[in-house]
This record gives sequence, structure tokens and C-alpha cells, in this order.
Amino acid sequence: MAKRLPDSSAVRLDDPWYDALATGWGETAGSGGGVPVPVVSPGERAGPSPDAAADIYLEVQRSAAFQEVRRSYRRFAVPAVIAFLVWYLAYVVAATALPGLMARPVAGAVNVAMLAGLAQFLTTFLLTWAYTHHARLRRDSAALDLRWTVFEQQRSLQTDAYDSAAEAER
Amino acid sequence: MSGDHQASALVLFSLFIAATLGITTWVSRKRQGSPEEFYAGGRLFSPMENGFAIAGDYMSAASFLGISGLIALYGYDGMLYSVGFLVAWLVVLLLVAELVRNCGRFTLADVVAARMRERPVRIAAGTSSVAVSVLYLVAQMVGAGSLVALLLGGTSEAARAWTVVGVGALMVIYVSWGGMRATTWIQIVKAVLLMAGAIALTVLVLTRFHGDVGRLLASAAERSGHGRDFLAPGLRYGGDWTARLDFISLGLALVLGTAGLPHILSRFYTVPTARAARRSVVWSIGLIGGFYLMTIVLGFGAAALVGTDEVRKSNAAGNTAVPLLALNLGGGAGSTGGTVLFAVVAAVAFATILAVVAGITLASSASVAHDLYASLRRRRDSGRDSGAGPGRSRTPYGEVAVARVAAVGIGVVSIGLGLLAGDLNVAFLVGLAFAVAASANLPALLYSLFWSRFTTRGAVWSVYGGLAPAVLLVVLSPVVSGSPQALFPGLDFQLFPLQNPGLVSIPLGFLGGWLGTVTSAEPPDEAKHAETEVRSLTGAGAV
Repeated sequence: MAKRLPDSSAVRLDDPWYDALATGWGETAGSGGGVPVPVVSPGERAGPSPDAAADIYLEVQRSAAFQEVRRSYRRFAVPAVIAFLVWYLAYVVAATALPGLMARPVAGAVNVAMLAGLAQFLTTFLLTWAYTHHARLRRDSAALDLRWTVFEQQRSLQTDAYDSAAEAER
Repeated sequence: MSGDHQASALVLFSLFIAATLGITTWVSRKRQGSPEEFYAGGRLFSPMENGFAIAGDYMSAASFLGISGLIALYGYDGMLYSVGFLVAWLVVLLLVAELVRNCGRFTLADVVAARMRERPVRIAAGTSSVAVSVLYLVAQMVGAGSLVALLLGGTSEAARAWTVVGVGALMVIYVSWGGMRATTWIQIVKAVLLMAGAIALTVLVLTRFHGDVGRLLASAAERSGHGRDFLAPGLRYGGDWTARLDFISLGLALVLGTAGLPHILSRFYTVPTARAARRSVVWSIGLIGGFYLMTIVLGFGAAALVGTDEVRKSNAAGNTAVPLLALNLGGGAGSTGGTVLFAVVAAVAFATILAVVAGITLASSASVAHDLYASLRRRRDSGRDSGAGPGRSRTPYGEVAVARVAAVGIGVVSIGLGLLAGDLNVAFLVGLAFAVAASANLPALLYSLFWSRFTTRGAVWSVYGGLAPAVLLVVLSPVVSGSPQALFPGLDFQLFPLQNPGLVSIPLGFLGGWLGTVTSAEPPDEAKHAETEVRSLTGAGAV
């Protein structure tokens, strides 16, 4: 992991995202709900039109690379969530509804209930490891690439907007 | 407890307070006062630091003293809590942490409102966040009062009241002066102290039994007076079907509620990237899992070494099991070792309370200032200064000032409620806070992250559709009226049999979101959904 991606704190130092907010998302989030998005007069601030900015996200969403990231995430997360919720609920229901089964001794003082409880701890740790392993190998670098794609498209859009604004002034 | 214990415990309390105030002053010296700094500590914490802080935010005194006490009293049934509190983190890790880090800025409402008409959604999510926080906060304050009174032997009303006021004042100071940075460091210090204390006691318990866990369990069963039944479920929740359903309801609320707790969600904004958020959850799962495993050893250790009857005699709810165990492990009452260990346990419990209340106060002041105040004010001056840098909010420094005032207000409210609640049994408040978080916050959060058709009405309905039934069902439940342990034992308007509303209100929250979405005329915004989805999975445009 460390070989493929620099450490997060190192990324942070030259992280372009920190000031990359003026790209559409912030405006809509910062403006009032229920009121029309304030129209910025072109001379006041050169920025990409909201439509063009939104198109970048739609385009990326439809790209094969993004579909792959999303599929990879969902194919792991959804079954895993269902599996551990079922396993946990089965454990809670068994503990409350089937005390006879849970009290069955296994070895010495240890009974089925003890083993099931410890197994919950164990599966939690294992699933945590499996998820991070999967995310690191299958998702992280592709997601970072897409992040760059979006950023570069937004930047070129902004540059275009600045250029055309400058031209209009001339 | 004798005067010796009190004196040394008080010295350690004072040391901890001095240290945390020192941290607060040191941190606020460099403070810039921007929202980024106040709510998110500059977003520059490392995953390990944040993992410790999350663990410090999550492991309350109720876990340390309460769960071990329940295990000492009821054996296996107490252990069910430990499992639920840990498994809940898988929901956080798999579904929430990274996506919330990528999509939001400071609060839960940021994520939900991003795709919707902002104002109604922000007000709804802000309201439920504040509700969850205040419930949790009052439970912690009352717990602090009785705990300190219990540990220091002063059972007088005055001691309890002053503790509540003192804890409230300290948390307001930490939060309004130091913001997220001070809160985080206090939580890290607390997590280290708590883990160190728990490890020390666990090692001492295990050495008593020469590392033989089987012998520990066997002697716990023997001294509990229940024999083998002590190691199997059923002592506490094995009664009638109401008790069993109640436990299932609580289990559901625990496992789904954690991912909707505002003070947990706000912790993910303190790291720079989603990957760092994931790594901090991994750290916290390791710490929390280890801690709850140790509470099991401590609980059974208290049953084996102190004895269940002794524990019950000292405190009917079992909250003194760990302090009594510490006395016993140190060599018994009156010995130096016992005194020192007891004081350490008391100080750790106190540190735990302070760190948890600071985290909750910060999150709820963020909800008040960033969601409620900003939305309510925005109606008046919308359209003004539309060219302001969108990354900063309109008047960022003004918003932070509001947040500081809100922290004071929340402090005053919870001190007041904590004093009013006095010695009432408010243990159900923690369960209720989790139930509200699971029924009002989680459905809206999951729908907005994963359902492309989710609309504004769906978001609003899912929040209120979970919040209202959860609160209403508790009002109609046996914890408020109609039973001897109720808040109002004299009255009887009990209609709902369960103490925890989760089993009913969580499905209602999800149902409300679905119903609101399918009935709304507003078409889902495809572009906004694309933006949320791309942002949540790639981190594009994240702050």
C-alpha cells in the first residue's frame, strides 16, 4: 500500500483538493435551499456554468472505470453487511430465544454461548481485515485516478471560463 | 469507601483536569477560529490519532463500569452488550465512514442535504442530531453525578449536584475554547488511560488465575450463586417474551445506532482523506474490540473475586464492580495497593466521562450552528454575498462564534436536565439515544448515499418518521410510567410494552424514507445523484 500510494499525511501537503472547492459543489451547498441559486454576473466572477460542472460528474459516473470501482465496492460491502447483520441477529435471537442450546457445555466451563460470543468478536476482526485488504487492493488506486480525472476536467473547464471571460473583456 | 481512597482519587482527578485544561489552552493558543479548525481540528489528524479519539469518544463510563457490572451481576447476559457495541462498527466501516468523509464537511446533515433542497433537510437532520446528542449528554451527566458520588462516598445531593455542574462547566470550556482539536486530544489521552487501566486490571485478574480462563469462568459461576446458568444467557433477559423482545430491540438499536451518532460521524472529518477515515475505523475497531474483551474478563473477574452478592450490596446496578475488583486486586481495602488501584479506576472513569461529554457537546454545537442556525438565518439574507468563496461559509467566523455560544447553551441545558433528573434511573436514555440515531439518522444517511431516487420529501419523512415514533414510544413505555422503576411511578399511561423502541421505530424510519420518496412529485435529480455517487466513492471535490 505504501508503495502504491504515498502516506495520507504526505498527500495532504500538496493536496490540490483543499482549495479546489470553487467548482460547483460548494455553490449549491452554500446557497439557500428553496431559493433559486443566486446568479453570478459574468464580470463578477469567472466560473464554469453549473451545467458543465454537473456534466463532468455524469460523465464520470457513466465511465467504465467508475462503474468498476462502484461494482467492486458494492460486491464486497453489500453481501458482507447482510452476512454479519444476519449472523449478529441470529446470535441475539438465539441468546434470547434458545437458552437451552446456548447453555450446552463444550469443554470445561466453556459453552456454546461463550464460543458464539467470542466468534462474534473474531468475525468482526476478520471482516475488518478483509474489507480493508479488498479496498486497498481493488479500489484505492482506481478511485484516486478518478478523483484526478474529475479535478483535471474541472480545472480545464475553469480555465476555459477564465479565457472566455478575458476575451469578452477585451 | 474510606478517606484514603477519596484523597488519592481526588488528586488524580485534579491532575487529569489540570492536564486537559493545559491541552485546551495550548491548543487554543494557535487557534485560527475558522470552521475547519473549530469543527474538524484542521482535518490533519493521523488515522492512529483519530482511531484513538474515536475509541475515546465511544467507550463511555457506562461501558467501563456498567457492562462489567452487568456481567458481574448477570453473567453472560451482560456480555451481549459488549458484542453489540463492537459489531456496530462494521456498519460504520463498510457503509458509512469513507463515504461520509468524502461527501460531507462538518455534520451528518451535510451529507444528506447535498442532493436535496437544503433547508428542510438540514433542519430535520440538525434537529434529530441535537435530540440524539442531548439524550446522550443528559445520560452521561447524570451518570457522572452518581458515579463520582459513588466513588467518593459522598452520596449527598450537594456532592452530586456540584459534580454535574463541574462536569458541565469543564465540557463547555474544552469545547468553546479548544474546539475539535482540544476535544480530540482529550479523547486520545482518555483512550490511552482507559486502555492502560483496563489492561492493568485484566492482567492482574488473569495472573490471579494463573492465566487459566477456564478456572476464572468456573469460579465466577461458583461464586455468583447461579452455577452454570451464570455462563449462559437467560439470567436477565430470559424472563417473559417482553423482556426477550426488549433485548432484541436494544441489540438492533446498538448495532444500527452507532453509525448514526453525530459525534461519531463528525470524527471522520478530522482526517484528510477517506482512506485515512477507513484506517482510523480499523484502529478504533482494534481498540474497542480489545477493550470489550477486557470488560468481559473484568466482569467475570469481579464475580469470581469479589462475589456477585458483594457487588449487588454495594450498588444494585453493579456500577461499583470494577472499583471493588480494583480494591481486591490491590490487596483489599486499607492496603496501599488497593488504594492506588481504586484511585486509578475512579480517575479513569472520570476522564472517560469528560472526554465523552466534550465530544457530544462539540457535535451538537456543530449541528446547532452549522445546520439549524445557518438554515434558519439563511432565509432572511439569502441572495446576499453570493460571490463569497463557497468553501468557506458566508460568515465563517460568525458561524464559529455561534457554535461557541451553542456549546454554552447546550452545556446549560444539559446541566439543568442533569440536575432535574437527579437520581432518577436514566440508563434507558443511552439506549434511547442509539434508537433515535438508528431510526432517524441512519435511514436518511443510507438512502442518500445509496438510493438514486431518494428525494427531499423522503429525507424529511425518514428523519421525522424515525424520530417521532422513537420518542413517542418511549413516552408510552414502562420506563416513563406504569411501573415501579418508571420516571413517574405514580402515573400510568403505558401503552407500549418495550423499554427500547428500536424494533418498531427503526423500520418506521426506513419506511418513512421510502414512502416519502415514492409519493413525492419532485423528480430525482440525476445530476446531483451522479455527483454524490462519484464524490462518495472517489473523494473528488472532498474538503
